[in-house]
Amino acid sequence: MTTLLHELSIAEAAARLRRGEVSAVDLTRAALARIAATDPALHSFITVTEEAALAAASDADTHLRAGTAPSQLTGVPVAVKDVIATAGLRTTAGSRILGRFVPPYDATVTARLKTAGAVIVGKANCDEFAMGSSNENSAYGPARNPWDLARVPGGSSGGSATAVAAGQVLASLGTDTGGSIRLPASYCGVVGLKPTYGRVSRYGVIAYASSLDQVGPFARDVTDCALVLGAIAGHDPRDSTSVDRPVPDYVGMLGAGARGLRIAIPREYFVEGMQPEVERAVHAAVDTLRGLGAATCEVSLPHTEYAVGAYYIVATAEASSNLARYDGIRYGRRVPGDGGLLDMYRHTRAAGFGAEVKRRIMLGTYALSSGYYDAYYLKAQKVRTLIRRDFERVFADADAIVTPVAPTTAFRLGEKLADPLQMYLSDIFTISVNLAGLPAISLPCGFDAAGMPIGLQIVGPPFGEAAVLRAARAYEGATDWQRRRPPEPPGGDG
Amino acid sequence: MLATLRAVKISREEIRHVAMLARLALDPAEEEAMATTLDAILTYMEKLAELDTSAVEPTAHIVEREAPWREDRVLNAPDTEALLANAPVRDGDFFRVPKIIE
Repeated sequence: MTTLLHELSIAEAAARLRRGEVSAVDLTRAALARIAATDPALHSFITVTEEAALAAASDADTHLRAGTAPSQLTGVPVAVKDVIATAGLRTTAGSRILGRFVPPYDATVTARLKTAGAVIVGKANCDEFAMGSSNENSAYGPARNPWDLARVPGGSSGGSATAVAAGQVLASLGTDTGGSIRLPASYCGVVGLKPTYGRVSRYGVIAYASSLDQVGPFARDVTDCALVLGAIAGHDPRDSTSVDRPVPDYVGMLGAGARGLRIAIPREYFVEGMQPEVERAVHAAVDTLRGLGAATCEVSLPHTEYAVGAYYIVATAEASSNLARYDGIRYGRRVPGDGGLLDMYRHTRAAGFGAEVKRRIMLGTYALSSGYYDAYYLKAQKVRTLIRRDFERVFADADAIVTPVAPTTAFRLGEKLADPLQMYLSDIFTISVNLAGLPAISLPCGFDAAGMPIGLQIVGPPFGEAAVLRAARAYEGATDWQRRRPPEPPGGDG
Repeated sequence: MLATLRAVKISREEIRHVAMLARLALDPAEEEAMATTLDAILTYMEKLAELDTSAVEPTAHIVEREAPWREDRVLNAPDTEALLANAPVRDGDFFRVPKIIE
């Protein structure tokens, strides 16, 4: 039964569920058994919710038997990143400060998954408050890359990627503020999509940097990714930044092929020092797309080299404000200090936050502090305008932009922990997309000599998810990278 | 502009000032480490000063729209027990806080 979880796509699972060849309870039990067996090695999950999952699966079976299943996701086991609120189910954001936090309500994306009939089996591991590129900043210990347990899965949505890659679930949700879906998708050899800012509601998502955060899906192929996006996208009056615009039939539009697509390749995304295998794989992918009938041309995004600097000012400034709410009063842990209010705040936050979160709060507070606001925060917002205009110019004549997701494949645990700046530069190819608010997908486009997956990034214009998915599906259909599976993790039964 | 500001290294006093603004208690070893890493990161950010942005409007938010309106309706019925269940210290139906006024 557990092998089903590695082999089945959501589309295939849905067909079998409808034919009654497998029940949602069977599928959920298989997922829970696989998590119990393999998670000691992988650590994809912070919390597993067996009882609620089996109850949801049983409801799904009732609908499936009655022919009233609300969607293709009905009865499908999924994971949700632990920064997304789940009513009655502990939500830690990967932080000690929320170690016992049980949300009284569901995030809109959680509610939409439940309405679609998906079965949430647990909360996926992540960097604390989604701040990190390796998952090593989780207060609960890092998730590990299923392709090589000595390497990081990427972050911050590391557990969401490893759970899908290792067949613990069929799909998951992550969040992406500077690359936190695309980087782990790339490092773990799965498909991950960051939607346009405003496409998916952020209501009930624990905030990191509010002008950049977006929720998006992880899946094992492009079709499943489109399916999950369709379930969570759409306007939500409870998130004032969510945009009221119809949600296209993403799955229905997948088959249009690459013919006629105008694809731009920005020269700034092929830099000195990048892993030669990554560069070769991405160029080969461009050739494949050209072979499928896409028109390709080289373009320039001249402000690319300023994106990391601008991002770490904007994001940390927003984070320093968002994380002010962790004051030891309404939720989270409290450390009394000397008994006074100010000392209680300072010691509660000192004990509750990890080193990287403190660093970003300090950086953001500094950038917003009196005397530095114009030099840092305002300057970064102006550079953000320049980066956005770069993309607008390219999209005037192109349907999609193709780049690598990261300069290298997954690095080793501990390799970049001592040097925060090197860690920040892991996101050098993903960050601009968040600053410009654009949709982008990561999908497998090869492997390096060590057997680690390489990711291809396809970026679209605002609300261009359908074109991004169409190009991705055309490429996927012409290659077989997504069919490769990582080695069976310790504890798994193959 | 950035370059001239960053000519001065971030001092221990600045670190203490910012830590107080951020309500973070740092021990001396953390202050030391914070000064070193913030200095390296801020030095990297000096790169932005290369760009002339005097005629560029800032982007605060990518979705440019007017503040949207909706009905003022309670969507989450308040559940006192569920909300207070997360409080580190409660007193009946209240959040208990340290004494604020001496």
